[in-house]
Amino acid sequence: MAAAVEVEHLTHRFGDRVAVDDLSLTVASGEIFALLGPNGSGKTTMFRVLSTLLEPSGGRVRIFGADTASEAEAVRRSFGVVFQRPSVDPKLTVLENLRHHGRLYRVSGAELSSRCDEMLGRVGLTDRAGDSVETLSGGLQRRVELAKALLHRPRLLLLDEPSTGLDPGARREFNRHLADLRERDGVTILLTTHYMEEAERCDRVGIMDSGKLVRVDTPAALKASVGGDVVVVQALDLSDLGNRIRDRFGVEAAPVDGALRIERERGHELVQQLVDAFPDDVQSVTFGKPTLEDAFIHITGRRLWEGGEEEAA
Amino acid sequence: MSEAGSGDVALHGVSVRAASGIQWSAVATLWWREIIRFVRQRSRVTGAFAQPLVFWLLLGAGLNDSFRAPGAAESGYVAYFFPGVIAMVLLFTAIFATIAIVEDRQGGFLQGVLVAPVSRMSIVLGQSLGCTTLAVGQGLLFLLLAPLVGFPLSVAGALLGFVLMTLIGFALANLGLVIAWRMDSTQGFHAIMNLLLLPMWILSGAFFPAGGATSWLRLVMAVNPLTYGVAALRRTLYLGSPVPPEVAVLPDLWVSVGVTALFAAVMFAAASMTVRRSVG
Repeated sequence: MAAAVEVEHLTHRFGDRVAVDDLSLTVASGEIFALLGPNGSGKTTMFRVLSTLLEPSGGRVRIFGADTASEAEAVRRSFGVVFQRPSVDPKLTVLENLRHHGRLYRVSGAELSSRCDEMLGRVGLTDRAGDSVETLSGGLQRRVELAKALLHRPRLLLLDEPSTGLDPGARREFNRHLADLRERDGVTILLTTHYMEEAERCDRVGIMDSGKLVRVDTPAALKASVGGDVVVVQALDLSDLGNRIRDRFGVEAAPVDGALRIERERGHELVQQLVDAFPDDVQSVTFGKPTLEDAFIHITGRRLWEGGEEEAA
Repeated sequence: MSEAGSGDVALHGVSVRAASGIQWSAVATLWWREIIRFVRQRSRVTGAFAQPLVFWLLLGAGLNDSFRAPGAAESGYVAYFFPGVIAMVLLFTAIFATIAIVEDRQGGFLQGVLVAPVSRMSIVLGQSLGCTTLAVGQGLLFLLLAPLVGFPLSVAGALLGFVLMTLIGFALANLGLVIAWRMDSTQGFHAIMNLLLLPMWILSGAFFPAGGATSWLRLVMAVNPLTYGVAALRRTLYLGSPVPPEVAVLPDLWVSVGVTALFAAVMFAAASMTVRRSVG
C-alpha cells in the first residue's frame, strides 16, 4: 500500500528566497504527523504545496501514490483540508455549508442528507444545523470546518495551524476529535503547528527550520535527544557567567532568549552547586525534565518564538 | 486502497491537472450560493437596483427637456437613457458580485473550493452564472417598465431583450471575475471601477449618443464592446416598429447581438484562464 504522503526533494523559491529547501518526508497511512516550526520556517509553503494550491519549483509530492502536480484531481478527491482561515461561508447556515461542500464533491440526494446528519452528530452540532455560521463561537466554527472537510470521507486530513485562535478547552476538544477520527476511520492526519502541546499528541513530529526538515521522530525520542535534564539560569551578565560556569563545571551554558540553558544528567545537583558557587550573580535557577520545546531548542539552537521573529524580519 | 486511486487516474487520463470539463453539480451549488447570499444581504438587493433607478429618475427628469439627440425630434432623455439604465443595472450587479469575490478570496471560502476536485472552468461558470441571474432578474424588472416610458415593446422584443441582458450580464460578470481574481483588496478594485468599468458604461452610448461626440471619443465608443450591447437593447425596444432617427444610425441589430455574444465568449475564456493561473 502506498504511503499517505511522500515528499521527495521538494524545493520552493519565491524569487531569490528559498522557502522550502530540498525536503523529503514520508507519512505512513494511519499516522498523525505534525510539522512543527516557527512562522517563516516554510511549513505554510509546504502546506500549500501538499494541498495542491502551489506548484513547487522542484521535487515531487505524492498523496496515496498520486502526484499532486499531474494528478491533482485524484489527489483532491482523496484528502480533506482545514485551512487556517475559515473556509465556511458565514452567511450560510451550518447545514447549507455542508450541503454546498458535498455538491462540490458530487455527493447528492439521500446520500448527501445522511452524510450531513452523520457529520453534524459527530461534531455535536445537530441542534445548530439551521443557524448561520457567523452566529457560532470560534470553537464551534472550527468544528464546522472539520465536519466539512470530512464529509466526502477523505483518507487524509490536512490541517494548517488548527488550534490557532481557539481557547484551551476548545483546543483539547478539537484534538479529541482528531484522535477519534484516526481510531474509528483510520484517517491519516498531517497538521502544521507551532504549539508544543499539540505536537506532543502526535505520533511523529517533523521539526522545520529555515525551509529544512531538521529532524523527524516521535515526541518521546525528540525529548530523549536532549542530554539529561534542563537547567535554566537567569542572570544579569549572561556571557560572563556562562564563561565562568564552563570553567568551573565543564558544562556548556548556552544563552537562549535572555537566560543560560544547560543540558545535563542529574541536573538537580547542579542547581545547588550553581547557587553555592555564584550567589551574587545568579538571579534564579529552574530545573526540569526536557519538554518538546527543550528538544526544539536543542536541535535548532533557539526558541520557537524567537526564531519566528528572526525569520519574519 | 491504492486500486481506487489508480482507477481514478486511469479514468481521467493523463491531463487531470487541466481538469476535465465542467462539473454541473459544482456549477449549480456555486450558482445557488451567489443567489442565497444576495437575498440575505439587503443592502446589495437595494443597492444594485435602487441606484440605477435613482440615476434614471433624476438625470431623466433633469435633462429631459434640455437634451435632444442629433436628428431626434421628440423623444426626451427619460426615453433615451432607458436602455442605458438597464446596462447600468447589469454593470452594477457585476461590480457588487466582483467585490464579493474579492472578499471571498480574502476570507478562506474560495481556498476550500479550489482544493475540491472541481475544474477551474466550473468555478468560473458557477460564479458568473450566479451573477448573471441576479443581473438579469433586476434588468427584467426595468424592462417591464418600458411600455410606461412609451416604448412599443413587443413580446418578441421582450424575449430578445432577455437574451441580450443574459449575454451582456454574463460578459460583465466574467469581466468582473478577471479583475477580482487579480485583486488582493477591495481598495484596488475601486480604482479599476472608476477608471475602467464606469467609463466603459459612459462611453457605450448609454449616456449620450456617439453622433454628438468628438471624433476620438467616437472611435473609443466604436471599439467599446458594451456599445453594441446597448445598441442592441435600444433596437430591441423598437423591435417590429419603425425606429426613430437617433436609433437608425446605431449599428445593425444582428451585428450588435453577434458582437455581444462574442464579448461574452471572450470574457468567459479570459476568466477561466485567469482562475486557472491563480493559486488562490
